[in-house]
Amino acid sequence: MPEPTLEIGSTYALQKPAFNQLIASLHSMGYQTVGPVVKGDAITYAPIQGLEDLPQGYTSEQDGGRYRLVYTGHPRYFDVTPGATSWKQYFFPPRSEMFTASKEGRNWRIEETPQSIPAYALVGVRPCELAAIHIQDRVFLRDEWSDPIYRMRRESAFILSVNCLHPCGTCFCDSMGTGPKADTGFDLNLTELEDFFLVEIGSEAGKMLVSGLPIQPASAFLIQNANRGIDEARKRMGRVMPNSPELPAFLLSNLEHPHWDVVAKRCISCTNCTQVCPTCFCWDAFDQPSLDGEQSKRVRVWDSCFNLDYSYIAGGNTRPNTRARYRQWLTHKLASWHHQFGVSGCVGCGRCITWCPAGIDITAEVAALQKEPIS
Amino acid sequence: MITNIAPQTSAVTNSRPMRPHWAEIIEIEAEAPGIATYWLRFLDPALSKGYIFQPGQFNMLYLPGYGESAISISSDPENRELIGHTIRYTGNVTQNISRLKVGDVIGVRGPFGTYWPLEQAKGSDIIISTGGIGLPPLRPLLYYVAHHREEFGRVVLLYGARTPKDLQYTDEYDSWEKAGIETMITVDRGDESWKGQVGVVPILFYRMRMDPKKTFVLTCGPEIMIRFVVFEALARRVPSDQIFVSLERNMKCGLGQCGHCQIGPYFVCKDGPIFSFAQLEPYYNVEEL
Repeated sequence: MPEPTLEIGSTYALQKPAFNQLIASLHSMGYQTVGPVVKGDAITYAPIQGLEDLPQGYTSEQDGGRYRLVYTGHPRYFDVTPGATSWKQYFFPPRSEMFTASKEGRNWRIEETPQSIPAYALVGVRPCELAAIHIQDRVFLRDEWSDPIYRMRRESAFILSVNCLHPCGTCFCDSMGTGPKADTGFDLNLTELEDFFLVEIGSEAGKMLVSGLPIQPASAFLIQNANRGIDEARKRMGRVMPNSPELPAFLLSNLEHPHWDVVAKRCISCTNCTQVCPTCFCWDAFDQPSLDGEQSKRVRVWDSCFNLDYSYIAGGNTRPNTRARYRQWLTHKLASWHHQFGVSGCVGCGRCITWCPAGIDITAEVAALQKEPIS
Repeated sequence: MITNIAPQTSAVTNSRPMRPHWAEIIEIEAEAPGIATYWLRFLDPALSKGYIFQPGQFNMLYLPGYGESAISISSDPENRELIGHTIRYTGNVTQNISRLKVGDVIGVRGPFGTYWPLEQAKGSDIIISTGGIGLPPLRPLLYYVAHHREEFGRVVLLYGARTPKDLQYTDEYDSWEKAGIETMITVDRGDESWKGQVGVVPILFYRMRMDPKKTFVLTCGPEIMIRFVVFEALARRVPSDQIFVSLERNMKCGLGQCGHCQIGPYFVCKDGPIFSFAQLEPYYNVEEL
């Protein structure tokens, strides 16, 4: 059979066992492959060596405040939706040292902390998560400046996304327009069928990677199969966000809605939603000095708008009550984000619903606000 | 050999925006109890010659071991070499800045944020209404007005402090008056030697007439004072897009990225700290926003 001419935007079929050759190619190109694995009764992301490390046969039951990993024994590798972990940690680590300042007489010298990390190949990135990565790009990589830690990690990464055929109970990517199909922003995008992976090429790096693999152009039948699976996934979304172009303006004109008090009675300001959210970017910076005061490390850590200290100023805290903090989180995510970054901050992954100990559901809260708007 | 130093206008490195630039403390000037002005000169000659800021902008001052604090620039924008920061010792960083001496070195990133609407206000009257530590961010504007007095109509400064001892820049009032800035001072509580006005700043609005259509009101200070100043300005029919407010929020970056300083859709560090009241109006009366 003649070698197919590979093109960006084209889709090819790869026999499932040959997936391990794809992983091996990534390794030979110097990438560390990271993907979904089962760990401690949940899906998390960790280094993988091949198909055998993937959560084949698993699915998850997710609902407000509930997560159960279930083994059903099906043959698919990418069926289970993600757990609490998101890819955010690979580009925007929960804790990173920015630099060390060292005393030299009366002056200080700055040394940047070297970031010795591998080039990551993210394997099995869901369309919602892919959308989240592109949203964080807007936050950390601006026209006027860019964050060096994020930039270095992001630019060296390879993204192998996978279309979502089996959404879970807290999924609502369809109503946020971020899934279940990945349209752009990947190096390679998979769709998992019975015996094949369909592989869509999204970049030069992706093209190079598959060039040595035993692929063949995807038949119309396989592509039709994949599309049918994606269409069915749309119908199986566990949640729907009452999303519309008017939602941002609606939320910002309902800041005194009585429903904020209702949510505040259930929210315990635990920060879970912000830690599992793949787009939440707030961070705190602090100094970690040596005991003799000769050196100080400047450290950046994830922060949360639910922390009391988050809004601390000399005169006190601007958001002392949970009502104000929940309102800040929700209106930032769904309204202010549009003003700040030209896009919604929510990708509909459902993590904030699943991992809320009180089972607070962002889609239900928006619906409740809309039910009786005050303006 | 002569090295040409290309002036660098900003102490923010675009590829390393959190990295401070070092500056030496050239002079420390006590202003009032717990308040002093730190005069800084960048160690990097390109910056000490070329650093440019606009009246109302702020820097992040960094003290290794303690952290950063957002401090307004209080000096003359046309003096490129010495950059003044008037600091009230109140938090962890600023209290430890109070232990620094002349010759010590401090980190600076900036300038950040929006600035007072000098271009817009050209040809108009300006009422500057401020209290306490709200005056330093307005001092660069006073310098500018003094140097370019002909560009503006009437300029009035309404300034208040708790007691006569708390008044800042007292030796400059005469020069402001001489430059044609009507200076009205009030204190909350007088002492035995005080012969001036007693009362809060917004009361001073009742002691003057204004032409609201051609007046800009600029205010910075305690939020409660700002509230009443805005009220008095609106009551006199000053259009809300001619009232400008400088806000204070928790800030860690100055880049619109750490998230802390948000109010409604705005990052105060980037979209502010200076807002027109027209921008703030939908959010201003929302409690705990």
